[in-house]
Amino acid sequence: MTCLPSPGGKKLGLVVDLDTCVGCQACVTACKEWNTGGHMAPLTDIDPYGGHVDGVWFNRVHSYEHITEMGGRTVNFPRSCLHCETPACVTVCPTGASYKRASDGIVLIDEDKCIGCKLCSWACPYGAREFDTDVGVMKKCTLCVDRIYNDNLAEGDRVPACVAACPTSARHFGDLGDPQSAVSQLVADRGGVDLMPELGYRPTNKYLPPRAHTQRAASVPAKALEPVRAEGAFLGWVDRMLSS
Amino acid sequence: MHPAFSVVFFTTATGAGYGLLAMLGVLGPLGLIAPDFWPGFVGIGLALGLIAAGLLSSTRHLGRPERAWRAFSQWRSSWLSREGVLSVITFIPAGLFGLGWVFLGRLDGWVAAAGVLATFGAFVTVCMTGMIYASLKPIAQWHSPYTLPGYLIFSAMSGCVLVNALLQGFAVGSTVPLAASVLLTLLGWGWKLATWRHNDQLEIATNANTATGLSGGTVRSLEWPHTEENYLLKEMGFRIARKHSAKLRRITQALAFALPILLLTATFALPWPFAAVSSGLAAIVQFTGMLVERWLFFAEAKHTVTLYYGR
Amino acid sequence: MQGPRGANSAPSQRQLADTRAPDEGDGVDTSPDVSDSIAKTTCYMCACRCGIDVHIKDGKIRYINGNKDHPVNRGVICGKGSSGIMQHYSPARLKKPLLRTGPRGSGEFREIEWEEAFSIATERLSHIRRTDPKKLAFFTGRDQSQSLTGWWASQFGTPNFAAHGGFCSVNMAAGGLYSIGGSFWEFGEPDWDNTKYFMLFGVAEDHDSNPIKIGLGKLKARGAKVVSINPCRTGYNAIADDWIGIRPGTDGLFVFALIHELLKAGRVDLDYLLRYTNAHVLVIQDPGAADDGLFLRDGDSALVAWDRVAKTSVNATDPDAKPALTGSFTVDGRRCVPVFRLIADRYLDESYAPDAVAGRCGIAADTIRRIAAELAHVAFEEVIELPVAWTDWAGRRHETIKGRPVSMHAMRGISAHSNGFHTCRAIHLLQVLLGTVDVPGGFRFKPPYPRSAPPGPKPCGKDVRPMTPLDGMPLGFVCGPDDLLVDEAGTPLRIDKAYSWDSPLAAHGLMHTVIRNAWAGDPYPIDTLLMYMSNMAWNSSMNTVETMAMLTDRDEAGNYRIPFIIYSDAYYSETVPFADLVLPDTTYLERHDCISLLDRPISHADGPGDAIRHPVVEPDRDVRPFQSVMIELGARLGLPGFVNDDGSAKYSDYADYIVNHERTPGIGPLAGWRGKEGTSIGKGEPNPDQLQRYIDNGGFWHHDFTDDQRYYKMANRSYLDFAVQLGFIPKAEPVVFQLYSEPMQRFRLAARGHGRVVPPEGERRRIETYMDPLPFWYMPFEEQAVDLEKYPLHALTQRPMHMYHSWGSQNAWLRQITSQNRLFVHHRTAAGLGLVDDDWVWIESINGKVKGQIKLVDGVNESTVWTWNAIGKRRGSWGLKDNAAESNRGFLLNHIIGDQTSADASGRRYSNSDPVTGQAAWFDLRVRIVKCADEEAGFTEPQFERFRQPPHFEPSPDKLTFGAEFRRAREAAE
Repeated sequence: MTCLPSPGGKKLGLVVDLDTCVGCQACVTACKEWNTGGHMAPLTDIDPYGGHVDGVWFNRVHSYEHITEMGGRTVNFPRSCLHCETPACVTVCPTGASYKRASDGIVLIDEDKCIGCKLCSWACPYGAREFDTDVGVMKKCTLCVDRIYNDNLAEGDRVPACVAACPTSARHFGDLGDPQSAVSQLVADRGGVDLMPELGYRPTNKYLPPRAHTQRAASVPAKALEPVRAEGAFLGWVDRMLSS
Repeated sequence: MHPAFSVVFFTTATGAGYGLLAMLGVLGPLGLIAPDFWPGFVGIGLALGLIAAGLLSSTRHLGRPERAWRAFSQWRSSWLSREGVLSVITFIPAGLFGLGWVFLGRLDGWVAAAGVLATFGAFVTVCMTGMIYASLKPIAQWHSPYTLPGYLIFSAMSGCVLVNALLQGFAVGSTVPLAASVLLTLLGWGWKLATWRHNDQLEIATNANTATGLSGGTVRSLEWPHTEENYLLKEMGFRIARKHSAKLRRITQALAFALPILLLTATFALPWPFAAVSSGLAAIVQFTGMLVERWLFFAEAKHTVTLYYGR
Repeated sequence: MQGPRGANSAPSQRQLADTRAPDEGDGVDTSPDVSDSIAKTTCYMCACRCGIDVHIKDGKIRYINGNKDHPVNRGVICGKGSSGIMQHYSPARLKKPLLRTGPRGSGEFREIEWEEAFSIATERLSHIRRTDPKKLAFFTGRDQSQSLTGWWASQFGTPNFAAHGGFCSVNMAAGGLYSIGGSFWEFGEPDWDNTKYFMLFGVAEDHDSNPIKIGLGKLKARGAKVVSINPCRTGYNAIADDWIGIRPGTDGLFVFALIHELLKAGRVDLDYLLRYTNAHVLVIQDPGAADDGLFLRDGDSALVAWDRVAKTSVNATDPDAKPALTGSFTVDGRRCVPVFRLIADRYLDESYAPDAVAGRCGIAADTIRRIAAELAHVAFEEVIELPVAWTDWAGRRHETIKGRPVSMHAMRGISAHSNGFHTCRAIHLLQVLLGTVDVPGGFRFKPPYPRSAPPGPKPCGKDVRPMTPLDGMPLGFVCGPDDLLVDEAGTPLRIDKAYSWDSPLAAHGLMHTVIRNAWAGDPYPIDTLLMYMSNMAWNSSMNTVETMAMLTDRDEAGNYRIPFIIYSDAYYSETVPFADLVLPDTTYLERHDCISLLDRPISHADGPGDAIRHPVVEPDRDVRPFQSVMIELGARLGLPGFVNDDGSAKYSDYADYIVNHERTPGIGPLAGWRGKEGTSIGKGEPNPDQLQRYIDNGGFWHHDFTDDQRYYKMANRSYLDFAVQLGFIPKAEPVVFQLYSEPMQRFRLAARGHGRVVPPEGERRRIETYMDPLPFWYMPFEEQAVDLEKYPLHALTQRPMHMYHSWGSQNAWLRQITSQNRLFVHHRTAAGLGLVDDDWVWIESINGKVKGQIKLVDGVNESTVWTWNAIGKRRGSWGLKDNAAESNRGFLLNHIIGDQTSADASGRRYSNSDPVTGQAAWFDLRVRIVKCADEEAGFTEPQFERFRQPPHFEPSPDKLTFGAEFRRAREAAE
């Protein structure tokens, strides 16, 4: 059903820390690896060893240079489905293949219903959906719905593959519908933002902006060094220090 | 947006087909066309043929065309589904209208009612088509007040020019459809120019800053997540050079509007069969021009995902 | 100590409070069965050696994730690690031993059986061993079994062995080991949990990958300050709070300016210097004397200091002495000064003042002063004390562990310059002056380090005789000219000229010189070059074009100048076609390995550890693990140690060796579960169940220190006793940091004509200059030699994070991320040259030119251009199709990096290396860029002939649907 469910309490999603992401692609391939054998398997790769290689991925990392009057910064930017609260990718779907789960807010595709019209990918401003030309259906991030509730995994492993992999701990997971949850607190503490808020999709996933050039930047309140002024300059200071 | 021919042809052909159907559905009952077999057969046949060809072409865009029937289910939320549903529903009055006209030779009573319903169905279906595009917020050139009227105007225009050609072809042409064709083509031209002007001056609030959440200053793409083009770039990253675009806009204006107006205006002064030839030519030239227009409609539409790629 | 299981265990990274699947009713299987079994082994996608859980489903690898209990990665996994599946199932895997049939370099081979391969190799090597063992040169690349391979070479009797450390980062190893008895690399780590100020010099992905990332994550979470010094603002440098885009090769100057500022302001830790360094040791000042600049020794050969209270000379190690750090003293008629006095004199000189170096470094003097002030502030105003009592080597009890929370890490950007050794020493000097080595919040040693600076064993190979093993391992640490491997005339004894006057402290050998030297017969011709896992005909060599020519060059008689090449690799790389005999290796999931304390263990600062690999899947090809092949070859050759008394093979394979080999009694490749019952650690009899114990424990062994052993390991009695017990060090003596390096001074004295072994006349000035006992800065050699107006730009390479140390381009997933490398150019530099984004340019050096496409950036030093390394591939290699971007648009900068320096006044050309260690100076490269003609745009040059494919190589597939089979099986089961 592509009508949106009435807003429930639970909004599962990710928080990505742009201040910490080093762009190592760990989340990207961990996602690919899990999901190519997971719920939406396979994530087909066309021409994998040739000049027009093109595969299906659910998570991709861009890099940007953000240049302001305060200076420049390189920003690594993971991009995946934001599991929006009002996802047009769902409402535009003519077949009911694309849907948003009422119970946890995850946006999924029922592959058996998908006719591959691609309209959902047009409706997604974030490029979260990728078409599998081999199978003829649209595919997308499942928020690892086959991990986070998986009885066959150890409790601690029931997090999205990208979060489990991230070596710098730049990715977080939880219920953003619960203001008391650790992820919601993190977003509040770090001034987390929505992407393209002006479009009104109300993304669940949040991004934590880089701290450099902000009041949150790490800084050292160091006073300028003063040369040793007393007699004997530095060597005199050494002698005095040793005799004291 | 990638101007896939299947979709370009789909919207152009169904637009013209529904326009023609709508015109026939009104002009017939109004008594502006006699209920003769051949004009009816050719007219309605052409309308339904264009619609069917368009719809068929659209399935070529589908990854799983064998499941196309599923598209009728989500009419409550999806403009595409609504379009599908209405296009099928419209076939019912259109079919009845065609039967009545062609086989029963009448354009009154229930046939007239069917004609009006077909016109209404055509109108609403074209609205749905327009809304598919107009509703897409990630594409500012489409998500605009110009899109829906544009679809309606172009549909009416193409339909009217076709009706005129039809009537002229059967030597039953008259001033009203001819004049309407000229006026609608002028309107279409104006609308297109206004749309282009609007799009060229668009101030889009969504930019690389809002796309990445990095406020202030400039955000430049440094490296893509992949070297070669992926689905997103192939489907939505289509780029057209300004020079190329300007050339195609000129071609659009010439073929879809200027030449048809010239030919149609000439028709006023021409006797049959020359009037038929010029009218038919106007329709064909305009249809070709509309294909170019529709190609540009896609090619010039910029999807927000391109912001992530620095395009 | 470990905290919650796994690194990503913040509350915002854990599972949901309730992980029961909600009743959505959408038919999604939220609990699919994911694996039939989980094998815990060690990753080999790079050198980092993370623990991995390999999930096997239906006999196939379903996925690989990080082992949460593993001390290296604690559950995280990098972009390479998760792509291991694509490496394992790569279409470029070799399938069977190959014997060359066409001309060398063509790729024409025929398949042979292993028996034939062994008999060819045995016959050849056996002859060499009987006649002149040094005619075998055995060099390995990304080898993690150097304690085996080095020992094999030693038992064979050839000194010509090394791994790839010489072109990797020997400057970091040697710079550290000669200074503090430990090094950056993966042998030490910042105290991530306590540091407040972290400086990162010249590090891209590099050693060691996941631990640094985990650590950076911790710093970010805590809000500690990260300062990066790097010409490129990528990766780790992107997230620095302070990015200092230094000009390449000037880091030493920058560090000296910091030292200058700290000294001038009296912001150094004198107490630390007195306790843990040789700062107080007296240095003889007697110009012209044979012992000028050496340490003063008393009658018992003990080092001497001046007691400033007793006003007399004392044993420098006397814990009760009050040594002077300044002044000049006359002891037994010899004028001496403390080391520290020399340090102060040198670095207080105005030539090291921030204003004097700012221009050269491309860093504002104010920035240098600010960083110095911040260092001083954190080190001296934000001291941390852990409430743990400990006892030092002299028996002094300390109630707390005090730390100055400044830490540093440095790698390749420092290392790969011809001035890298001294720059590395400069960074260690800075750390030591701040009192921040192996203290809470500082840089910490990982066991078995620290060791004495330098560590004990000397390189062997002075006396090479047929059928005779060397008297030790080929690689080691020289302490003076007497330890060099040169003959009476000063001619190198090793084919790579390691431990010669060219590169005296070449602790890792010089693999990058072997092909040229073997080709030139300089210092002597060899017969067989045996190489493992190193792409020497492509991205692992400087001057690729000439290197390939040397590999295929023939003498007047038509014989190849390098007569025979044996190469082992798992994949069809650019080097395989140059081999005469190819021994196909397995993938990392099909083999045994040991990551040994004898070699490069997985220890971290809180305790030693080692690990194994074990076969997770069976090979589906006729391939064998290289180590097992070497063990069998050793047995066939009858090498001592590889055969029993009756001549039979001593070890059936590598696994057998790992368990049963004893290097010295009780010490073998693995330290865990030793002894018959498996109850000992470090030393003990072989335990037949040892491998199973490792497997049961997740593939690794790790021992956690007690709280009082964790810091001040250089002088911590409890730690030192433990280290002796485990065999890390011979005696529980403190490791004294060598701010002033006496071994280096000995070389200087030799250059002045003193001693038994002296350099040839022509080498003396070079030795005198570069074997300075205190670190100094000099301009990198290429910069000295070229016309800087003609070649105004520095050119650097780095591997992308998702490919570091991995053969990424054959990997269907990783290559999608990067299959073409661009040359990154600062936009102002480009504007000055009239270049715009996407232009194709010639990149020209004095060594040649290569063509590539540019990308304009802001985050790079303006006088520097750089590119991703080893993306450019030769057509016909790695299972890539001919239209792959790698061989059409990607380029290899190596083509234009010289492997030799420009000729000096006497016409002498040296290897393009650091004059102290022989470290390859990749990053000295100077270039200019020129827009290419329109018709030249769009494709890279130079191009090389396409390699033929080995027999039975299927064309690579046009489509991959990896994982579809798991879904089909799941759905079929429903």
